[in-house]
Amino acid sequence: MVARMKILIIEDDLEAAAYLAKAFREAGIVSDHASDGESGLFMASENTYDVLVIDRMLPRRDGLSVISELRRKAIHTPVLILSALGQVDDRVTGLRAGGDDYLPKPYAFNELLARVEVLGRRKGAPEQDMVYRVGDLELDRLSHTVRRQGRELLLQPREFRLLEYLMKNAGQVVTRTMLLENVWDYHFDPQTNVIDVHVSRLRSKIEKDFDLPLLRTVRGSGYMIKDETAKGDGRPDA
Amino acid sequence: MSRLRVLLRTTALRLSALYLVLFALCAAFLVFYVTAMSERLLEQQTRDAVTAEVSQIDNVYARGGVNALLRTLERRARQPGANLYVIAGPTGEILAGNVASLQPGLLDKEGWTGEAFRYQRYTDESRKETHVALAHVLVLDNGLRILVGRDLQEPEKFRVLVRQALMVALGIMGIGALLIWFAIGRNALKRIDRMSDASTRIMAGDLSQRLPMSGSGDEFDRLSESLNAMLGRIEKLNEGLRQVSDNIAHDLKTPLTRLRNKAEAALAHKATNSGYRASLEEIIGESDQLIRTFNALLMISRVEAGAAAAEMSDVDLSRSVADCVELYEPVAEDRALTLEADVPPDIHVSGNRELIGQALGNLIDNAIKYSEGGANPSIRVTLARRDDRIVLSVADHGPGIPADKREDVVERFVRLDESRSKPGTGLGLSLVEAVMEMHQGSLELDDTVPGSENNRGLTASMVFPTPSA
Repeated sequence: MVARMKILIIEDDLEAAAYLAKAFREAGIVSDHASDGESGLFMASENTYDVLVIDRMLPRRDGLSVISELRRKAIHTPVLILSALGQVDDRVTGLRAGGDDYLPKPYAFNELLARVEVLGRRKGAPEQDMVYRVGDLELDRLSHTVRRQGRELLLQPREFRLLEYLMKNAGQVVTRTMLLENVWDYHFDPQTNVIDVHVSRLRSKIEKDFDLPLLRTVRGSGYMIKDETAKGDGRPDA
Repeated sequence: MSRLRVLLRTTALRLSALYLVLFALCAAFLVFYVTAMSERLLEQQTRDAVTAEVSQIDNVYARGGVNALLRTLERRARQPGANLYVIAGPTGEILAGNVASLQPGLLDKEGWTGEAFRYQRYTDESRKETHVALAHVLVLDNGLRILVGRDLQEPEKFRVLVRQALMVALGIMGIGALLIWFAIGRNALKRIDRMSDASTRIMAGDLSQRLPMSGSGDEFDRLSESLNAMLGRIEKLNEGLRQVSDNIAHDLKTPLTRLRNKAEAALAHKATNSGYRASLEEIIGESDQLIRTFNALLMISRVEAGAAAAEMSDVDLSRSVADCVELYEPVAEDRALTLEADVPPDIHVSGNRELIGQALGNLIDNAIKYSEGGANPSIRVTLARRDDRIVLSVADHGPGIPADKREDVVERFVRLDESRSKPGTGLGLSLVEAVMEMHQGSLELDDTVPGSENNRGLTASMVFPTPSA
């Protein structure tokens, strides 16, 4: 059993923080809370967390300055920035300050949860793996080939990248915006269900001639690739 | 008389006073110069005439002796307006001539008498008058002294006349200048007054007011014209702002109302768990739509304020377009539409990749929405260099936009389809336009099939300037 993930929420809105703590607890994540930048910085420096969720506008010390200070102290805990400012340039400044992900307010909790889980890296494939495996599906990052039950599947380059991202985060939910950001490198709102159509195309390629479904749609959140027959938490063989 | 006081305070008056003083100095100089010059000229003339006469008389004496001389002088002296002639003995007593008396000692020295002198002459009325004259004295070998002179009364009169004429002329000019200045100053002041009256009314809130123009195209008109153009722009912005806030009120309140109604309805009905769930999901859907509208609005105002301009860099437009088309292609295919791209490689612009992607996404999304179920379900994305510009267009064969509506559709929240049956925020084209303005480009809307009534289609083009190397 993997140890429970532990995160720190630095958020000055107490009601929002309480809601987040409760929702994370229900999702099996332990959270601490700091209500201003100074105490947040202190807690993040003194304790070990898997992920820091930092509001951008905080009393006593601005969120971005908390992140820069942490990075200066060589503390590389992944940071997700929450912000009421959601524009392109704000995202850029946030990530430049040392943030790892950026989520504009208002957000769906499922989106936040999915991103925190991905940042926490408790599931999914290690970065250095050259071959990702989920059940009988195998993706070779070097030769750019995909096989299922030993049979090679022909994917378009984008479909390959889509599957690569899903398999890298196997066993955890990835949202549509995460896919758009990581596979297409766009952060805008595509308005239509463009991602769904891409995923369903990919799904038909990897599942059509096989009995076992691998790619699940998680209602209200996004998608997850998982070997349903495997025991435990669905982690691919490590 | 406050008007006069205002007039006295003006810059025009100060300038005029300065000019008046300069003018007076010049005029005074002119008067002195002209009179002095004419005086010198007249004196020179007088001297020349006298010199000529003296040499004549000398000649007459040389040829005819005293008698001839006397006869000649006598004849000349009697002519009306004659010069001065005096024949005197060696001691200075006057023997003949037309002069009654002279300043004593005048005849002692030969040559010019130097200064002008006083004398009395016989006039027609035999009265003795004192005159001023200039004369030359000739001493003959027999001791007789001949004086030939010229009266200075006439030149003196002329000089006075010239001076008077000049003074009068300058006086008239001075007074005229004053009057003209007063008239011009008053006129200018009146126009400025009218302009400031109009500005006061405009400041009071009537933005439809314009500054008056005389139609002469002078400085005031040019000033009014540019101020009026500025007012027009302000009015348009203001109008836009008002319309936007009206639209925001409408487009945000409507879904908010729906959201509230749904929540109320869910509470009112004794619903099952799954009923509540469905209601809540609908409510979340509504709020997502609201958030989407908010985000689009914020994005437009951020782009318009130029906040994203700092994040401009070199963008491989060919690649971005290909990516974007690839992103939307399956959706189009799902809806039985063909999305084709004609994209030559290596076209770059200076810009913001995210915003360009969002703008192109909006155009493709629109094209998909309005092509669905049409007679010709093909959408074509073309990237091309045209002259010194780079044109990225999305052409569909949907219902299109009539030429007179094209300006409206880029306004915020304007949707041609009044019933708003198609999903969307009504902000798509506004965002594209704002993005293009940020890139010093423009959004152009045209028919795909010109001349067609029903299936004209829409070609929306993002026109970029070619980046400077």
